[in-house]
Amino acid sequence: MLLRHTPKEVAERKALTINPAKTCQPIGAMYASLGIRGCLPHSHGSQGCCAYHRSALTRHYKEPVSAATSSFTEGASVFGGQANLVQAIDNIFTVYEPEVIAVHTTCLSETIGDDLPQIFDKARKDNKVPPGKTLLGAPTPSYVGSHVTGFSNMVKAMAALAEPGEQKNGKVNIIPGWVEPSDMAELKRLAELIGVAVTMFPDTSGVLNAPLSGEYRMFPDGGTPIEEIRQSGAALGTLALGEYCSADAARLLDTKCKVPCSVLDMPFGLQATDRFIDALRVLAGSSVPDEVAVERGRLLDLISDMHQYFYGRKVALVGDPDQLIAMTEFLVSIDMCPIHIVTGTPGKKFEKRIRELTEGMGREVNVKAKGDMFLLHQWIKNEPVDLFMGNSYCKYIARDEDIPLVRWGFPILDRQGHQHFPTVGYMGGLRILEKILNALLDRKDRDDEETTFELVL
Amino acid sequence: MGNAETLVQWEPNDIKEKLLRKYPPKVARKRARQIMINEALENTTPEIVANVRTIPGIITMRGCTYAGCKGVIMGPTSDIVNLVHGPVGCSFYAWLTRRNQTDAGIKGEDNFMPYAFTTDMQDSDIIFGGEQKLEAAIQEVYELFHPKGIAVFATCPVGLIGDDIHAVARKMKEKFGDCNVFAFSCEGYKGVSQSAGHHIANNQVFTHLVGTSETERSDRYKINLLGEYNIGGDGFEIDRILQKCGITNIATFSGNSSYEQFATANQADLSCVMCHRSINYVADMLETKYGIPWIKVNFIGAKSTAKSLRKIAQYFGEQELIDRVETVIAEEMAAVETAQLEVVPRTTGKTAMLFVGGSRAHHYQDLFAELEMKTISAGYEFAHRDDYEGRQVIPNLKVDADSRNIEEIQVEADPELYRPRKSAAELAALEEAGLKFKEYEGLNPQMEEGTLVIDDLNQYEAEKLVELMKPDLFCAGIKEKYSIQKTGVPMKQLHSYDSGGPYAGFKGAVNFYAEIDRLVNSKVWSYMKAPWQENPELSATYVWE
Ligand code: SF4
Ligand code: SF4
Repeated sequence: MLLRHTPKEVAERKALTINPAKTCQPIGAMYASLGIRGCLPHSHGSQGCCAYHRSALTRHYKEPVSAATSSFTEGASVFGGQANLVQAIDNIFTVYEPEVIAVHTTCLSETIGDDLPQIFDKARKDNKVPPGKTLLGAPTPSYVGSHVTGFSNMVKAMAALAEPGEQKNGKVNIIPGWVEPSDMAELKRLAELIGVAVTMFPDTSGVLNAPLSGEYRMFPDGGTPIEEIRQSGAALGTLALGEYCSADAARLLDTKCKVPCSVLDMPFGLQATDRFIDALRVLAGSSVPDEVAVERGRLLDLISDMHQYFYGRKVALVGDPDQLIAMTEFLVSIDMCPIHIVTGTPGKKFEKRIRELTEGMGREVNVKAKGDMFLLHQWIKNEPVDLFMGNSYCKYIARDEDIPLVRWGFPILDRQGHQHFPTVGYMGGLRILEKILNALLDRKDRDDEETTFELVL
Repeated sequence: MGNAETLVQWEPNDIKEKLLRKYPPKVARKRARQIMINEALENTTPEIVANVRTIPGIITMRGCTYAGCKGVIMGPTSDIVNLVHGPVGCSFYAWLTRRNQTDAGIKGEDNFMPYAFTTDMQDSDIIFGGEQKLEAAIQEVYELFHPKGIAVFATCPVGLIGDDIHAVARKMKEKFGDCNVFAFSCEGYKGVSQSAGHHIANNQVFTHLVGTSETERSDRYKINLLGEYNIGGDGFEIDRILQKCGITNIATFSGNSSYEQFATANQADLSCVMCHRSINYVADMLETKYGIPWIKVNFIGAKSTAKSLRKIAQYFGEQELIDRVETVIAEEMAAVETAQLEVVPRTTGKTAMLFVGGSRAHHYQDLFAELEMKTISAGYEFAHRDDYEGRQVIPNLKVDADSRNIEEIQVEADPELYRPRKSAAELAALEEAGLKFKEYEGLNPQMEEGTLVIDDLNQYEAEKLVELMKPDLFCAGIKEKYSIQKTGVPMKQLHSYDSGGPYAGFKGAVNFYAEIDRLVNSKVWSYMKAPWQENPELSATYVWE
């Protein structure tokens, strides 16, 4: 047993987190920053945080993740990090020549109270910012919220660059939330099918799934051009996917630039995708081509063909709020039973929403925001499940409890595919179901007696 | 060095100039002193600047003090609960990401390594202080797990808000009575790299764990293995060999290690130091307090393994052990030589660059030499000058502001437990016979003249070096891996070994030969261009024309 010390009895803990189901804000900010074209993320703090965030993202994507740090020493920690950041800005523009530096803070610089806008002013006054280059900054203290909050804060900082347009530019803003590069590409494909011109930010497609060609480019072609982000203030409207990841940015665009916004769930599964497509169509005033309906029909077809394997199966889920909300709805919609649901990210609304979504299941579910994987494991011990969905850390629980695991979420450190194959939209729904079915049916094939072992499933 | 044959076809000064060209003047001046062209000097080695601050904005490979303390030194110990006091991230990233293996679970002992424990500080803790929460968390750990020990680690904000983690640890230790609670002030901003964290960890392990056990070890040839972290199972392979030789490894600092190992380490008769950088402090303290001499060993490379075993046997000086070691070496070398013969024709003459850690950039050159590969450039991520130039420079090292804030502990001979293992005459005789104590000659002397030794290599320089010198293999860590490979040059992680290992000892050498053969001869690197990119002209003719 790997997690041999986890007891079945749940005892309340007030101070101790064990096996966290979240991590800290800056990594979310770093991931979001990589979705701006020609952008170098910068971590304002000691160098360890930056090393950790880069390593975690690199392991998840198997791709280079460049980011700089202010490399605080004790002096900077006592006297403030202004000198370090100004020097860093100078060095970065000279050596790496990015178009944009996206600075996020860390626990350290937040605790000492460094003020990014003021330091940016100083850097500009000292001529450390070449003409045409952009600095943006987001406060990301990790003692508030989680990596999801950090992502949201950086996306909000992007939205803050938007300028109100005299004239609407006919485009729709899509704020995709923390999804994979493959998902962002899929959202753009869907918009294109419907004939809607979109500005999507951030957009990590082409950045964190770059090809091998014999050439390394620190700034690949992907990412949202900073100009487009500026012009997002002149869009027809904004679709924010996910309350936790994207709503703050969309609301800022609304108040600052009068771009009306709708906050939708992340389009995982049938119904959330339906709502996304419908909202996009209405906002842009276009009609949805048959191709999209065909994709939808394919997803529906698979659900009906294999419904017997989904029906009534109990599932444990761990991950981030927006993803969990959409996935819970999807699972419920195909008659699976998500019964244990944990996120490490705080948020009372999350628990309420999950309870609403699972109301029709006719039983109580265990749900917790600001929970951890130790608690989830204990719940599983008390009521076992047929399927487990979550990040790579789940495999320790899955192995101990012998539960089929579908890797989904962040980080995925031991399998590939998430950067290439989407899980959003109808096609993404097909992929999720394929994974679920493979996990369940591989298990069935493993466990069936010789007498009941069957060729056709 | 001093080797007449130089293999470099490029002008090292020219390379150095190109590495520095793009930097702002201040940065260029600083980096120039950390990029050294190796040359043969009489009785001394060329000087390099090391263990200095990383320049803000320059993308570094380095991590922080906390990573060196919690991640490296304390991480591989299975039966101590490592509780990270701070916001959640620091704990999360150090959770199971370092590939240090343990067999504790199998043996049925406590194994907390698959767990991450944190106080997950919130803004109210930052504002009002986190001591109460820490105290409560320690209590909860104790009630849930009853471990032998709880180690508390401070992350950046903790030092700033002034939580006294040592006082809390002391209080809880007294309260429990049967659980050792101790703390590490390893805030990430201290020092200039992981190295400061090693030092802090060494001090506390020595103060709170070593020598605390009542158990008597009566084994015959007892050693400690210092600076071996069981990445990819290296420590398992070394232990296998030691056992086969009849040598008892009391404590590994720190791989597959346990509380009891540390607690009995004072009973060893010899300390063998693998990674000099991370652990030499413990080696020195073990000598001062308990009288255990130390020697430098290296189990990376089959020849180096054999050499290290012979050194240990020479130290104990008994014919039985000396013979046993020779038998083991002969037995083990057979498979090594077969593997080598098979691989060397495909690796000979290839070039490698190594930029890792505080010892591996040196140790792995032995394995590459066994593959007849040349190391054309190397350097450490967080080493000090003595790791490059040899320990003789230690008295001349300046203590700067960043080292001054790392606690130096005063150790004296233990009135009861100090026991000289050899008389002064015996030690002198062994020295005379070639067994050097407390000596490490560093990386520079092993490298050829005209090669480049670079401290704290950064992303920009790595990319440039690869572009200019076109090595057949580049070795560094996870953050560097994929940018190098995008250029079509294979990259081997020498911190985590990618998913491979063990590479130590005899079996490890065989594994490494196969791995390097795979990397430098993989077909994948030959497919970079599609046919239409190689021959873009539209020259096809149709057969029916
Ligand atoms: S100090 Fe804060 S920002 Fe840095 S890794 Fe730890 S939790 Fe994250
Ligand atoms: S906050 Fe400090 S201790 Fe934590 S990862 Fe960052 S530098 Fe290291």
